[in-house]
Amino acid sequence: MTLEIIGISVLWLFLFLYVIVASIDFGAGFFNAYSAFSDKQHILTGIIQRYLSPVWEVTNVFFVFFFVGIIGFFPQTAFYYGTTLLVPASIALILLAVRGSYYAFATYGAKINHRGYIYMYGLSGLLLPAALSPVLAISEGGFMRLEGGQPSLDYWALFTSPLMWSIVVLSIAAVLYISAVFLTWYAWKAGDEKATQLVRKYALVWAGPTIVTATGIIFELRGHNPEHYASLLDLWWMFALSFLLFLGTVFLIWKKRNYGLAFILLVGQFFTAFFAYGASHYPYLLYPHLTIYDSFTNESMAIALIIAFIAGLGLLLPSLYLLFRLFLFDKDYVKGKSDYHA
Amino acid sequence: MALQSRILTLMTLSFHIIYATIGVGVPLMIMIAQWVGIRKNDEHYILLARRWARGFVITVAVGVVTGTAIGLQLSLLWPNFMQMAGNVIALPLFMEVFAFFFEAIFLGIYLYTWDRFEDQRKHFLLLVPVALGAAASSVFITIVNSFMNAPQGFDVLNGELVNVSPLLAMFSPAVPTKVAHVLSTAFMTSAFVLASIAAFRLLRGSNHIYHKKALFLTMKLALIFSVATAIIGDFSGKYLAEYQPEKLAAAEWHFETGSEAELVLFGVLDGEEPKYAIRVPYALSILAHGVPSGEVIGLNDFPEDEIPPLWIHYLFDTMVTLGMWLAFFSFVYVVGAWRGWSIVTKQWFRWLTVLSGPLAMLAIQAGWWFTEVGRQPWILRGYMKTSEGATASGQVDLMIVMFAGLYVILGIGTVVVLSRMYKRNPVEKELAQRESAKGGEE
Repeated sequence: MTLEIIGISVLWLFLFLYVIVASIDFGAGFFNAYSAFSDKQHILTGIIQRYLSPVWEVTNVFFVFFFVGIIGFFPQTAFYYGTTLLVPASIALILLAVRGSYYAFATYGAKINHRGYIYMYGLSGLLLPAALSPVLAISEGGFMRLEGGQPSLDYWALFTSPLMWSIVVLSIAAVLYISAVFLTWYAWKAGDEKATQLVRKYALVWAGPTIVTATGIIFELRGHNPEHYASLLDLWWMFALSFLLFLGTVFLIWKKRNYGLAFILLVGQFFTAFFAYGASHYPYLLYPHLTIYDSFTNESMAIALIIAFIAGLGLLLPSLYLLFRLFLFDKDYVKGKSDYHA
Repeated sequence: MALQSRILTLMTLSFHIIYATIGVGVPLMIMIAQWVGIRKNDEHYILLARRWARGFVITVAVGVVTGTAIGLQLSLLWPNFMQMAGNVIALPLFMEVFAFFFEAIFLGIYLYTWDRFEDQRKHFLLLVPVALGAAASSVFITIVNSFMNAPQGFDVLNGELVNVSPLLAMFSPAVPTKVAHVLSTAFMTSAFVLASIAAFRLLRGSNHIYHKKALFLTMKLALIFSVATAIIGDFSGKYLAEYQPEKLAAAEWHFETGSEAELVLFGVLDGEEPKYAIRVPYALSILAHGVPSGEVIGLNDFPEDEIPPLWIHYLFDTMVTLGMWLAFFSFVYVVGAWRGWSIVTKQWFRWLTVLSGPLAMLAIQAGWWFTEVGRQPWILRGYMKTSEGATASGQVDLMIVMFAGLYVILGIGTVVVLSRMYKRNPVEKELAQRESAKGGEE
């Protein structure tokens, strides 16, 4: 295993973790806003505040970890992606600010629960995946021009590309689906029957669009990037496994059984699909300009980063375990029986 | 696009540093208050820690947002610089994420576990990783900034970076003074900000002993860290004289290399001649080398296009004057409170105390502007000019407007939410509630 592969695997794993935890966060905010809109408030608000408030900063760090890590391992990405993503990434930052400030001002602070704020917070959860996911489309190539050695984004090509829009739709559907499945489990653990039924319904509603758009993207790649499409097909068995896991989750949710297992299967479904997609993208970080080999940092930096990563994990894993034990797996806390907020 | 990139970076950093300073300094203050409370078995100090923690979490949340913004903006606005620097100085950036990760996890736990443990000391222990993580984050980021000022740990061969040593790059000569200065000023400023709040409550009619305890505690801490800052500041002068003489010379309007150099305070520049300035004989030589005979390198030894803008003189003077004033002021307060001087309880003195928090924050701003503008024209001193590091994208103007709007909203939001939160739940009310709750249990 080369250093390049280790580096990209670590980053991809953290991006995957971000996709899962951020989806839960984004989707929950949207469901919260939706229930406020349709006057079903309070069913979800309590659950969201108990789960999301203590962990949202941790969620955000996964994102920071990814973009700091990719500059560390693959400094050339700063040149290509940094230059071209100025606008979309800045929009994403503003949206993240809306979410961060909601936690700061509305849940920690003076409990400003103005409706407009709840809607903005909820909407930002849908707009964020829409702002971030086009990067995946850009990485397929064809949307970036090099003019005088400087890369620039071809907005017209990007915004008229069906591939880009399918990726956006998939990201939104996946956010809502992942979030709904997790919240079904969490609400069930909290013993909140009404909330469980509500989010279970959402999970079933969003399962279909998720799988349909995901499949659609594979076929759109055939026209857009045949090379990538070919290597995707080589990994067909991983996508097949992912599909089976998907069926498992939907079955369990449908039958109202084993919500915990349903969520674990969902993580498995996304894990296999995410890594199959990542592996088929190999070795390109950006078709056709950038591969993990020509953009890689020097060897001594790579080794230093990997050592720092291992040491960091040694510190983090026990801490994360403690966090989850106290908030996610503590029955009294989940059920809202204990409130020890400062 | 370098100018626009500089404006946006300046805006983000100036806003972020307010939250970052509080984020680094306040956990230590909370820790000390809670520890004093446990040791003295004094409910007031424990409540002090708890109320500070409630406000702190709001500033942290906004700081996470602005910190994420600057983290990403480094690559968005300075892609050429990050591409080069990423090869050499990525390690501390990467470690900073872990330090922050660590802090965020324990902050979440700390906040949501008040009174959950029978033994207060267990809860107190959860704060240790928060304070450590916060301090470590600032250490790592300051290491990156130090590298920009005194780059080392690599060679350039035919435009390629070779012989990269990540550890050598991390421990550049700028690190000791810069890191120490950032930490001590963060503690100092946080102490003054909290002292301001206590003084303000006392002025606004509440004569509760709780606020007096808070004021005395924070002013003592402010004094300790002000003195530490002054000592470290002196070492920073010596570092500059040795490794970045052009920055020191520009800050001091020191044009000709020479010994027995005088320190120029304030004034205006007429050609190369400072007018209306306060001149302290030998002081610059002492600041730079510790002896009056020390030779200080002047601007005449540098090519014209490598000299920082001379207006950094005012930034330097602002920082130093405010630092001196705050050290003196906290000294008077602490001695006065200890010896029972009536002056420290006077209205006007309290108003000066209220002013000390904002002044300390102003000194932080002046200091960062000084060090950043003073590094110009370089982004990586001696290797890359700021204009070479900037993005080629033409849309930075629009981003400046967007982010300016965001920071205005976040700034106003912070003030409104914090003041509303404490107004709705004044300390007298909370103390009374805790009393009656205890009464009910017994």
